[in-house]
Amino acid sequence: MILRINGEEEDIAGCDNLLELINTKRLKREAIVVEHNRRIVLKERWRETVLSEKDNIEIVSFVGGG
Amino acid sequence: MSFIDLIKKYESTGLHERLDSVTEKDIEYLLPKDILTPMQFLSLLSPAASDCLEDMAKKAHRITLKNFGKAIQLYTPIYISDYCDNNCIYCGFNVNIKRPRKKLTMDELGREARYIADTGLKHILVLTGSSRSKSPLSYIKECVKVLKRYFSSISIEVYPLTEEEYKELIDEGVDGLTIYQETYNRAIYDNVHIKGFKRDYLFRLDAAERALRKRVRVVNIGALLGLNKWREDGFYVGLHAKYLQDKFPEAEISISVPRIRPQTKEYSPQYEVSDRDITQLILAFRLFLPRIGITLSTRESQELRDNLLPLGITKISADSTTAVGGHTSGNKEEFEQFLISDKRSVPEIRRLLLSRGYQPVLKDWIN
Amino acid sequence: MEDTLRIADKSIKNRLFIGTGKFPDKSLVRNVLEESQAEVVTVALRRVDADSIDENILGHIPESCIIMINTSGARDADEAIRIARLGKAMECGNWIKIEVISDNKYLLPDNTEALKATEALVKEGFTVLPYMSPDLSMAKRFVEAGAAAVMPLGSPIGSNRGLKTEELVRIMVNEIDIPVIVDAGIGWPSEAAACMELGCGAVLVNTAIATADDPVAAARAFSLAVIAGRTAYLNSGMAVNEDAKPSSPLTGFLRDDK
Repeated sequence: MILRINGEEEDIAGCDNLLELINTKRLKREAIVVEHNRRIVLKERWRETVLSEKDNIEIVSFVGGG
Repeated sequence: MSFIDLIKKYESTGLHERLDSVTEKDIEYLLPKDILTPMQFLSLLSPAASDCLEDMAKKAHRITLKNFGKAIQLYTPIYISDYCDNNCIYCGFNVNIKRPRKKLTMDELGREARYIADTGLKHILVLTGSSRSKSPLSYIKECVKVLKRYFSSISIEVYPLTEEEYKELIDEGVDGLTIYQETYNRAIYDNVHIKGFKRDYLFRLDAAERALRKRVRVVNIGALLGLNKWREDGFYVGLHAKYLQDKFPEAEISISVPRIRPQTKEYSPQYEVSDRDITQLILAFRLFLPRIGITLSTRESQELRDNLLPLGITKISADSTTAVGGHTSGNKEEFEQFLISDKRSVPEIRRLLLSRGYQPVLKDWIN
Repeated sequence: MEDTLRIADKSIKNRLFIGTGKFPDKSLVRNVLEESQAEVVTVALRRVDADSIDENILGHIPESCIIMINTSGARDADEAIRIARLGKAMECGNWIKIEVISDNKYLLPDNTEALKATEALVKEGFTVLPYMSPDLSMAKRFVEAGAAAVMPLGSPIGSNRGLKTEELVRIMVNEIDIPVIVDAGIGWPSEAAACMELGCGAVLVNTAIATADDPVAAARAFSLAVIAGRTAYLNSGMAVNEDAKPSSPLTGFLRDDK
């Protein structure tokens, strides 16, 4: 399945929902926020958020900044 | 919010106790400051500060030069009617004073206007007694139409109007409003305004704001000094001016310091205001409000006016009469609202200003 | 009475705000924050780079600090609003520094877009502190829009050129009823002190600390300077009257009248 993640297209296999995607990418769940098709999805809803072809995913985290 | 909310806030803070507790040391401490708080302004009005006038004057002189240069605006009042429905015990137009009243016809007004315009003055202040029936809005509008032909700036000093009425006059060409609260002290206000719609303190208090909302260009406020302790009324005038300046930064706000002059046999001022007092008041205004205009009328003597000039004054009247049609009727002292002290003509005032290095400004803008 | 800075529902004692960008080593952030006792700390949001996951900056910030999320990277109001909402979902408070920059050459803020973002985010319940080019009428609009403070720049971001906008900032301090916090451009502690002497509510320093040879020492110097400046402001009778003594008296005419 092709997903657009942080602006780049990636071919991801075996991920039906957001939670699986985050786990596959080995991201620390407490340190990130995820947008699915421009809508913020809270952590507790990752599992129920089903992914489909060409979905837009943004994953952000805090970094140092002024 | 209205200015009344600020009055209420400060009323309860014991202004007079504070005034008495100020020391000369306090004044020394706050004089170098660029920005003063309202409480510091109050300190400048204190008895202690009256011993620091020379230091205050130096700073006021410098601030005035920096903000206004050496220019003084000239204007003259034109009284169009002395009918009045109010009984204000200090005023020569008081309804209880039995004497003939007059209202200028458009012909008479034109003559009066031409006479004044010939002196070179381009700024005029139109005054009426407070009678809505005898000098209604329609009459004032008609007068403004005539005066427009002779003057580039027309201010009005008439009974307080509604916002819509101000709009009508502004559309007609009025660009300035002068309105004195007389006194900010409610109890005294009620006592000296015995009868008539002028008793409505709040309607008068908010008048400047109503006109400013309709984008009048200049507003001139003040208290009639002598009705109340000048330190208290002076404080509220300064606060009111700052309130208007902050709320309407596009407008030009100025202050007058009218002292009660004898005009009715029945009334003499309840509180004395000496030359030293009025000087202190002007200096405190200048230090608190560096950009404020300060107007000094011919109520004051020639000598005092000349001496106050460098201390913060930006506008003075010349060749004044407070009688209806007084410029052309030949008898200036008949039935005046109050007595004029400085009777110098426009050329005399101009000469004086020039000799002291000031530019007399007869016309400040084109409308 | 204790001198504190009130912003939203918080009383802040330490008037040095610290930005966490540009530190050579993230672990220095904690040392700097502990040394300066800073209470307000800014962070930014970035896309996660899956291959080199950055250490979470929050791990280096003491729990007691107020986190202010900077919308840096936003080029217009919509982007700033989007970043703010993402930041809120991180669940570490609702303080937002609106930084909208549509100019990559000088990195100067876009006041108009920042105002739009402020209006929208205040309605959503954020505590909004817009970063701005100092301008009085704009500052008044931010106040009307419900900003909790305004943050004018001292000089361009990262320039370390000091308080070049002094006259404009001074006017804002005098006229605006919410805290004025100088943000950006402060390169030396003396400049931070000057901001505080003017009456600013706080200063936000990042580059000058983060890129110092010894950021911990720099943080100490800045926090002492902020205290010094604030103390001077609160006791400004220290100023000397600039008037020379009499030439000819201006009030001589009153001599007989007393």
